[in-house]
Amino acid sequence: MSELQISPGSVRDDLRTEPRLVRGIIIAIALIFLTVFVVLPLVVVFAQAFSRGIGAYVAALSDPEALSAIRLTLCVAAISVSLNLVFGLVAAWAIAKFDFRGKTFLISLIDLPFSVSPVISGLVFVLLFGAQGYWGPWLQSHNVHVLFAVPGIALATIFVTFPFVARALIPLMQEQGTQEEEAAISLGASGLQTFFRVTLPNIKWGVLYGVLLSNARAMGEFGAVSVVSGHIRGETNTMPLLVEILYNEYQFVSSFAIASLLALLALITLVAKTILERHLDEGQLPRGD
Amino acid sequence: MNGIWTKGNFRVAIEVKNIVKRFGAFAALDGVDLKAANGELLALLGPSGSGKTTLLRIIAGLDWPDAGEVSFDGENALAHGAGERHVGFVFQHYALFRHMTVFENVAFGLRVQPRAIRKDETGIRRRVKELLDLVQLDWLADRYPSQLSGGQRQRIALARALAIEPRILLLDEPFGALDAKVRKELRQWLRSLHQEINVTSIFVTHDQEEALEVANRVVVMDKGRIEQIGTPGDVYDNPATAFVHSFIGESIVLPVEVCDGCVRLGGRALNIAANGLASGPSKLFVRRHDMQVGPAGSGALEGAVRHVRTFGPIQRAEVALSGGESVIEIDAPRDRELKAGDIVGLQPRRYRIFAATE
Repeated sequence: MSELQISPGSVRDDLRTEPRLVRGIIIAIALIFLTVFVVLPLVVVFAQAFSRGIGAYVAALSDPEALSAIRLTLCVAAISVSLNLVFGLVAAWAIAKFDFRGKTFLISLIDLPFSVSPVISGLVFVLLFGAQGYWGPWLQSHNVHVLFAVPGIALATIFVTFPFVARALIPLMQEQGTQEEEAAISLGASGLQTFFRVTLPNIKWGVLYGVLLSNARAMGEFGAVSVVSGHIRGETNTMPLLVEILYNEYQFVSSFAIASLLALLALITLVAKTILERHLDEGQLPRGD
Repeated sequence: MNGIWTKGNFRVAIEVKNIVKRFGAFAALDGVDLKAANGELLALLGPSGSGKTTLLRIIAGLDWPDAGEVSFDGENALAHGAGERHVGFVFQHYALFRHMTVFENVAFGLRVQPRAIRKDETGIRRRVKELLDLVQLDWLADRYPSQLSGGQRQRIALARALAIEPRILLLDEPFGALDAKVRKELRQWLRSLHQEINVTSIFVTHDQEEALEVANRVVVMDKGRIEQIGTPGDVYDNPATAFVHSFIGESIVLPVEVCDGCVRLGGRALNIAANGLASGPSKLFVRRHDMQVGPAGSGALEGAVRHVRTFGPIQRAEVALSGGESVIEIDAPRDRELKAGDIVGLQPRRYRIFAATE
């Protein structure tokens, strides 16, 4: 290519975008902000965790209390994610595929956990299941422990993470409409066959996306869980709760060691989210053509 | 190819009685009666909102009527859900399963059959191959729906619907989403396919040309009611109502007054019979090409030619009628030269008069 052909392009580029200096300043501001508020904290977490060497790090993580917290967190996440997967699917299905009274109300209700402070979410369960709560005395007389036990933590986590799957699926299912389902039904498929062969494959990336975000929040939830947990050591402390307790007891290495696991989870989530988003975009664009 | 259709596939007629369907206060269908004979290819023709798609969906079992009966071959169809009616339904936007290949789309109806009657894998493969051959798209078996053109998607949707050996075939605006050229080709193709497979079929369209060209009989609908059922020739030549006359073919419509058997336009008596219509405000319908052009004073109407356009075998003239404000367009053969400014006499060769309802 000759220079003549290149120069008009570069002139137009200068006209079309901001001057180089302005561009540089904007990018620099964004980078500094990201470094100070995102990258630096992340680095500090890992630096603190390893400040006394790998041995101390491993010891911190293999402490019985830490192991118990990790186990509890995984268990609660598994419960709340799988239940929210079902609830989210049902809610999204109802909203996207049927018309009924109060649909808009239901949609805003699904968002409620996002707009309520997590502490309030926890308190709601204390009011319901606590010793002075509505169902507390009855549950106590039947020897069922909800509050300050795994069920309470799971309930609070389910409440807080409920919107993720539904939110990921509603727009996707609305866009896809009901025609493919109708086609499947008219071809003789049963309701279950239609769901597993037509609906689910069409929304699988959306489902995974919702599950991923829901899981990240479930493992990281602090406020709501803190209210209902009771902080019984080795029993009802999840990882985020244990981080705070250890920190308050000046056990920085142990505290940051567990925090580093949560940070690692965040990084993995981020990568997985990016991959899933790519798949979701592909699903919406026509293949080939 | 005929072999796959005759086996275990007994012929069914469709009967629809007094179907009513409301969406809130809006009556989508308001007492519809319809019968389709075995092997017929029926068109439901009407403007959008006339209830034709709703009727089709009710026959398929995708919607339920508020009142009325649907029966296939004398057997109550409303007792069965969509999946048990053995109806092949082709959706307007095809509704192909986007995550399945063309092959799997066509095979779907075979794969979801109860285990007792389901074909084995070889049987399914053979059947899908037959269907893809039938729609002449066997070379697309491994593609995904998004990689097909509109016309190809349409034919795959049809093959998929035919896979279950449907008792009846229903098509919702089968050519609606296609461009004009593909449309024409598919029309002829659908008609010959119907002859080949001979399944009782109903298709919905808002395009009169499509209905008249493809169907054995045409059902003209408006505002949730059936206006007329007849052969394409019938509904064109003998429209039963003013709506049918104005909806099918292009018509000249003139507001007239019927009084004691005579017809007046703007106070002037026209030299045509009222055909027994009761006195009152009425509408005179004449096809453009049924208006005979003669010298001034030769017909029931008279007017001044304002503009002439010539194309193909006809010339289309815009004529301002004297004694009224009406301007009409007529189609005249080219043997008689017309030009702007001519005063001509016009005589309707064929016409119909309907009482003005609104």
